[in-house]
Amino acid sequence: MFDSLKSPGGPLKLAVPRGAMLEETLDLLDLIGIKTGEVRGDSRSLAFDGGELTLVTMRPYDVPTYVEAGAADVGITGKDVLLEQADRSVFELVDLKIAFCRMVLATQKGDRSPAEHQRRLGMMRIATKYPRIAEEHFEKHGRQVEVVEVKGSIELAPLVGLADGIVDLVATGRTLAENNLEVREEIVTSTARLVANPVSYKLRSTEVDSLASRLREAAGQGPDR
Amino acid sequence: MRELRRLQMALLDVFESFSFGEVRTPTLEYADVVDRGDDLDAGAYRFFDDRGELLALRTDMTVPIARLVATRFGEVEPPYRLSYMANAYRAVTPQRARLREFGQAGIELIGIEGADGTAEVVEVLTRALEAVGLKKSVIGLGDSRLWGCLLSDFSADPELIRATEARLADHDIVGLEFDLETAGSLSQEQISTLTGLIQLRGGPDVIDRARGMGGDSFEKSLDSLQATYDAINARAGADRIQVDLGLLRDFGYYSGSILEVYDPSVGEVIGGGGRYDGLMAKFGVDLPAAGFSLYVERIHKAQLEQDRADV
Repeated sequence: MFDSLKSPGGPLKLAVPRGAMLEETLDLLDLIGIKTGEVRGDSRSLAFDGGELTLVTMRPYDVPTYVEAGAADVGITGKDVLLEQADRSVFELVDLKIAFCRMVLATQKGDRSPAEHQRRLGMMRIATKYPRIAEEHFEKHGRQVEVVEVKGSIELAPLVGLADGIVDLVATGRTLAENNLEVREEIVTSTARLVANPVSYKLRSTEVDSLASRLREAAGQGPDR
Repeated sequence: MRELRRLQMALLDVFESFSFGEVRTPTLEYADVVDRGDDLDAGAYRFFDDRGELLALRTDMTVPIARLVATRFGEVEPPYRLSYMANAYRAVTPQRARLREFGQAGIELIGIEGADGTAEVVEVLTRALEAVGLKKSVIGLGDSRLWGCLLSDFSADPELIRATEARLADHDIVGLEFDLETAGSLSQEQISTLTGLIQLRGGPDVIDRARGMGGDSFEKSLDSLQATYDAINARAGADRIQVDLGLLRDFGYYSGSILEVYDPSVGEVIGGGGRYDGLMAKFGVDLPAAGFSLYVERIHKAQLEQDRADV
């Protein structure tokens, strides 16, 4: 299988997101008859034979990179990732209706300093993993913020005074609550999407269309919705 | 450099054999010339000259050639057959395997309208792909009017047409469906017809399958696409053609047929083109025009991949 991974022929390559979205994604793929057993195992391998598809696994954030370059023909990733990398040219085909989450602005419970800073200093400081989404959101409302990009454990930033608030994804809200944070504004909601490389979408249209329509059906939307 | 030079010569020989003479234009244009061609911002590099005039590096060759023809060909009877081999410049996000400066090879056929003109352009394109040895590349053929015509046959308002055209050029199908549904003026049946249309790509039979989807204006643009396909088939053969009813390019100036070139070994479009009958008029000369351009570095990459596959 390693020989065929680089060549354009062979089974379609689907980029599958590791991490929080993985389980739901594999469940959806099971529904349309893709073999996901190997991916579910504890193998350290990154590429798997899924029958009609080759599954390559990666972090959700890297999916647009691989798909844009054509290293994967199709991929599954969150809308949040697509928004953050809006300049990637990938085709967005289906809303898979899984991995639902909200991008929110959160601050410490009862903390008045963000509003205070906005009023007296003219700006807030916001920590986030999503600088682009955050900047666009505040720009839209004409509010001046300084966006600080951090890579992980964003909840820490307001606790220790790095920032007045955070822009982050929330699924259940538990992490926020455990760190004494509360949601102030909802910025956008996100679900998983099927994306395709523009050239694969054209040259392997039959396979891509069939995958898209089966996933759409499995996601509970039905083709003639 | 030897490989690249050979590739460029092979392309220029084909252009020459069809009587397309090579022209050269300056790398620098006034920014308003570059902007006149593109409704959408193609990411031109802009700066001031010593008198404070706003200049831009050209983002393609079609617009400079339109200006050249309008200002210098007044005395010459059309049609004009022109070719070029030149670099163009666009802003890119760094570290994304994209070039700020890239080579373009192509032709402009100015003064021949409709299917005849387009078919001549596609014939040169087909021969050019053969000359550089790309056996598997495919030419996508669409029409920029199809989507707008179908929507206006469904009495959609112009605002919705504009918004969804941008979505379609990005191929954001999820966003497109969202726009169509929230517009409120379209029935579920019309929405599934619209999303069905843009999935139609393949042989000439996809034109037949789109028949009856819309009203008169949609049928007329299908007729025009069929005529173009037939003219291409008669002239150059249609083996490489993929008819694609969802094809829309994000350059503002296309007015009818649209072309895109794909190769299985390169993950991005290796060339594109089409008709832009309104562009010359923006420079004061009202002539129909069509052309294509190929991305030289991407063609080079496709050649290398193909050599490797042939071993």
